[in-house]
Amino acid sequence: MTLSERLRAWTASALKYLSLVVACLITVLPLAVVAMGSLKTNEEFLTTGPFDAPGDWFNFHNYTTAFTQGGMLTAFANTAFILLVSLAGTIIIGSMTAYALDRFEFRFKQLVVLLFLLATLVPGVTTQVATFQVVNQLGLFNTRWSAIALFLGTDIVSIYIFLQFLRGIPRELDEAAAIEGANSFTIYWRVILPLMKPAIATVMIIKGIAIYNEFYIPFLYMPSPDLNVISTSLFRFTGPFGAQWEVISAGVILVIVPTLIVFLALQRFIYNGFTAGATK
Amino acid sequence: MATPTPTSLADDAPALAVPPAGRSRRRRSARRGHPATPYLYVAAALVLLIVFTYIPVGSMFWYSLTVWNGLSPTKEFVGAQNYIELATRPELFEVLKVSLYYIGASFVQMALALYFATVLSFNVRFRNLFKGVLFFPYLINGVAIGMIFLYCFAPGGTLDSVLALIGLRDVQQQWLGDPGVINFSLAGTSVWRYLGLNFVLFLGAIQSIPAYIYEAAELDGANRWDQFRHIILPGIKSIVGLSFILAISGSLSVFEIPYIMTGGANGSETFVIQTVTMAFKFHKFGLASAMAVVLLVIVLLVTWVQRKLFPDEKVNLS
Repeated sequence: MTLSERLRAWTASALKYLSLVVACLITVLPLAVVAMGSLKTNEEFLTTGPFDAPGDWFNFHNYTTAFTQGGMLTAFANTAFILLVSLAGTIIIGSMTAYALDRFEFRFKQLVVLLFLLATLVPGVTTQVATFQVVNQLGLFNTRWSAIALFLGTDIVSIYIFLQFLRGIPRELDEAAAIEGANSFTIYWRVILPLMKPAIATVMIIKGIAIYNEFYIPFLYMPSPDLNVISTSLFRFTGPFGAQWEVISAGVILVIVPTLIVFLALQRFIYNGFTAGATK
Repeated sequence: MATPTPTSLADDAPALAVPPAGRSRRRRSARRGHPATPYLYVAAALVLLIVFTYIPVGSMFWYSLTVWNGLSPTKEFVGAQNYIELATRPELFEVLKVSLYYIGASFVQMALALYFATVLSFNVRFRNLFKGVLFFPYLINGVAIGMIFLYCFAPGGTLDSVLALIGLRDVQQQWLGDPGVINFSLAGTSVWRYLGLNFVLFLGAIQSIPAYIYEAAELDGANRWDQFRHIILPGIKSIVGLSFILAISGSLSVFEIPYIMTGGANGSETFVIQTVTMAFKFHKFGLASAMAVVLLVIVLLVTWVQRKLFPDEKVNLS
C-alpha cells in the first residue's frame, strides 16, 4: 500500500466511525436529557440547562409523584392485565387457526384464507370510525375488554407466523399420534403446540411490544381514568403536570425502563422476531 | 404423562405414548372423523375477523352515504353527498399535503438505514452496541417519544441547547410553533422513531447474502463500492421496495406523533387526525366515514402498485 492509499483507507474508516458515533449521539441525547431531568427538582429544572447534571443523582421524588398522583400504578396494572389476556388469547386462537389451515382440508378453506389475506390490506387506523360503533354495540366501550377484543380481532401477523412455522413441522408426527389413538385436539395440544415454542416466543415479542405501546385503541375506547394504560396515562400527564416537566420526564422513563430491560435480555430474539414479522 | 416427544410418537410402542385412561375416547375420533372439526378451530379467529374488520369496513361504506351524528338511532340516506362535499371542499384534502413531509422524510430514513446497514454488515468494532442503539427507539412507546421530543423542541430545550453548544445559535427557532417548520420537526421525530426497523430489516437481508460471494468478488478485485452496487443492492432490492411502500402508506395515515405532540395544531393536522376530529368531536360520522373510505382506497391503490412492481413480496399493513 502506498502512503496515499493508506491515508485514504484511514480517512474512510474515521468517517465511518464518526457517522456511527454521531447517529448514536442523536439517538441517545434526547433520552439522556429526559433521564437527567427526571432526577431534578422543579426549581432545578427551570433554572439549569438540559445538559446540567442533577444536583442529587438519587432524587427519586418525581417518580413517587408519577406513581402516586399520576396513577402510573393503576396504568401498569391495566396494561399488564390487557397484555396477559391478549397474548394468551392470540397464541391459542392464532395457533388453532394455523393448525386448521395447514393440517385440514375443508370446503371453505380457500375462502377463509382469502378473507384473512384481504384483511391484511386494511389499515386499522382508517376504519376506527366504524369499529367504534361495533365496540359500542357489543357493550365493550369503556371496559378493558374493548382493547382485548380489538387486539385479538385484528391479529393476522401471528396467524401468519404460526402458519409458516407449522409448515416446517413434519406431518408424520401428527399421523403417528393419530395412529396411537390421539384425536385432533390432543394432537394440537400435546404435539403441535409444544413444538411451536419458537413461534410462540416470536409472537409474544412482536405482539407484546405492540400492545404495550398501543395508544390509539385505549385512548379511543377506554376514556375512564381508572382504565388508563401506560400510554394514555402518560398522555394525560400533560394536563395536571403541564408545568412540571420533571414529573413528565419521570413518567417517560418509567414507561421506557421495562422496554429497555426486555430489549437487553432478549436482543437476539427481538431482531429475529421483527425480521420474521415484517417481511411476510 | 409428560408431553409426547417426537421420538416417543414415532416409536412403535403405542401404549407408551398414550395413557390407557384416555384411550377409548381417543380411538373414537382417531381419524379426525367429524367434518366440523376444522371449522371449530378457525371459528374464533373468523368471528373476530368478521366482527372487527369486515363489519366495520362494510358499515363504513354505508355510513359514508348518510348524514349521521353517531348517536341518534336514525341515519338519513344522502347518497354521494358526502363525497361531493369532500371533492368541493379543497381544505379537506389540503391536509394530505402534510403527508408529503413524511414521505420526504421516509426517503431520508431509507437512505440512512441503507447506509448504516451496509456499514455495519462489514467488520466494525462495537457492532452490537451500534446496532442496539440505532434500533432501540423503534421499541419505545409512542407517547414517551412524543414527550421526549416535545421537550427536545421546546424553547431552550435539548435541540436549542445543542445548537448553542456548537455555535449555531442563529438556527434556533420555534420548532413546534412555526407552521413553516413544525412538519419538519415532526417528520424528523418520525425518522428518529422508525429508522431502526428499516435498518435492522436491511441488515438482516444483507447478512443473508452468503459470505463466499463477497470473497469471490474481492478475489476479482471488486472494491467496497462495487460490492455494494453489484452484490448488496440486488440482494436487498425487494425488501427496500417493500419498505418504501409501507413508508408511503404509513405517511398517508400518520396519526400518533402529530396527535400526541401538537394535537394537529399549527398546520400539523394529518388526514387521520382530521377524520377522527370530524367523527368524535364534530359528530359528523357520515363525512368522516367518506374520508376514511377515500384514505382506504388510496392505501389500497398504493398496495396494488407495490404488488405490480414487486410481485414476490407481500405487504402487511395491520
